Amino acid sequence: MIGQAIGGRQAVIMHYASLAVLALITLMPIWVMVSTGFKNDVLVQQKEPVWFFFVPTLGNYEYIMTRGNFDVYLWNSIIVGTLSTFFTLLFGGFCAYALARTEFRGRVLVANSTLLVRMVPPAVLAVPAFAMVVNFGLNNDLAVLTFFYTALNLPFAIWLLFGFFKQIPVELEEAAIIDGATPLQVYFRVLLPLMKSGYAVAGIFTFRIAWNEFILALLLTGRKTRTLPVGASGFITDTGVEWGRIMAMGTLIVIPPLIFTFFAARQIIAGMTAGAVKG
Amino acid sequence: MQSDSKPPAAMSIRALSPYFFILPAVAIMVAGLVYPVLQAFYLSLYDWKIGTKFEDAPFVGIRHFIRMVSDENVHESVWVTLRFGFWTITIEMFLGVALALLLEKPIRGASLFRTIFILPLMISPVVVGLIWRYLFDARIGWINYYLGKVGIEPQVWLGNADLAFFAIVFTDIWQWTPFIFIIVIAGLQALPSEILEASKIDGANWWQHILFVKLPMIRSILLIALLLRLIDVFRALEVMYILTGGGPGRATELLSLHIYNRAFETQQLGYASAISVLLILIVFALSFGILVAGNPLKEKSDI
Repeated sequence: MIGQAIGGRQAVIMHYASLAVLALITLMPIWVMVSTGFKNDVLVQQKEPVWFFFVPTLGNYEYIMTRGNFDVYLWNSIIVGTLSTFFTLLFGGFCAYALARTEFRGRVLVANSTLLVRMVPPAVLAVPAFAMVVNFGLNNDLAVLTFFYTALNLPFAIWLLFGFFKQIPVELEEAAIIDGATPLQVYFRVLLPLMKSGYAVAGIFTFRIAWNEFILALLLTGRKTRTLPVGASGFITDTGVEWGRIMAMGTLIVIPPLIFTFFAARQIIAGMTAGAVKG
Repeated sequence: MQSDSKPPAAMSIRALSPYFFILPAVAIMVAGLVYPVLQAFYLSLYDWKIGTKFEDAPFVGIRHFIRMVSDENVHESVWVTLRFGFWTITIEMFLGVALALLLEKPIRGASLFRTIFILPLMISPVVVGLIWRYLFDARIGWINYYLGKVGIEPQVWLGNADLAFFAIVFTDIWQWTPFIFIIVIAGLQALPSEILEASKIDGANWWQHILFVKLPMIRSILLIALLLRLIDVFRALEVMYILTGGGPGRATELLSLHIYNRAFETQQLGYASAISVLLILIVFALSFGILVAGNPLKEKSDI
């Protein structure tokens, strides 16, 4: 009734205005980070905030790229992110395929426990992971981090890919099976090409978690194997926080997730809402 | 599941292949998630400290758990987590649902707004913590500056127990309200339009329409969103680790962060594992709620 009482045109304007305000509230803190990264120390330390009009400097970026181990951290992040995404999609895809397409003993058990282990808190992993690393002498190894990120991401990936497999008509596989294709051939030749968007969504979620994760990375990496978030936290020292540099670093860390978001927002939202809305 | 359409022929290779397909993923999840959880149970029985060999750690049985019952630090941390969960989830659900109801109508450009709204969820929690630590900074923080403009004295946000708690709640609301908003909008837009029309024809007013038609129809979404957020509250630690480190005192030390600090600041790995066991039990109980509310892996079979 209220919606009708207000004229259609006015309602639309109000609608856009409200969305714009919400968008500004969302973006403001991110803009503070991006702009601060381009400010010199005087501007950063002054009390009066400067939003837009200042002479940008690349000093902070120059510092973090030349003085620290930025290139090493970046490389580590890329390696861990890419490998854990690859393994998650490969093995998660297999598992989701079996769960979606076949009946076997233990299917319900696997499905339910997958959902349960998805919720394991990272803090719970911290001590055992630390113990495993100490006891097996695996310290400072990127493989360990890749392994844990794969494990952490598999449950969600399986669950997401499961939904995508369910949407593919079974007839395509049946035709291939009648032609004598093995299950692996069916998977790679028939289904893989149809699952591109599913893998894209699962891949984005997986890479993002691996790229952003902090607490396990902090525990399981050393000076040479640090990832970017751990490197960024290193700018917080006992003597204070180097805000310009840390915000520049933060901006660089945010770039890949930002790109994903703008190119695949629709798919990401579909992934986020699938559980709650369809379940 | 019953309505599952299966390929007709069950050849022997097909009968075995499911296990081949699930094996790698199950093996990794067992080794990387299940084993650590069991390990936490095991370690909780020993008094192991950082820097010592585990073989030398004395077996203490359930002494850690007995200690936990009367450990005020653990109690406080649980209490902080519950308070944090109460305030963040109440406000996020209220704001998210209200905004979704007001703004559900599909309009042009909605996808751009949605893209913006998911940004806080996509960027690294470490970065979220850093941004808000800067904004809440007592000396150069923007929040103090603008509060000063309206005559409010500058506050030491992250140095005062109540204010620091407010700061982590505020940050969480900024980060997660859009999630509720987007989920609820998706749910509302998926509602069958015939029923909505029918209620309008029946003469329900705007409030009745929302209270008695729309909200009940999306109640399973609201329940799952609530449970997911509640589980997240018990899993959260990175933003607070950067923003406050759990301080001042234990004012913002959520249970997950408490475990981390126990293990790696005060170096009591065994005791921290015992608290982990408590956390696991809480989180699994909540997850069980989601299973009952509807395991997506099962329900989706009907699609």
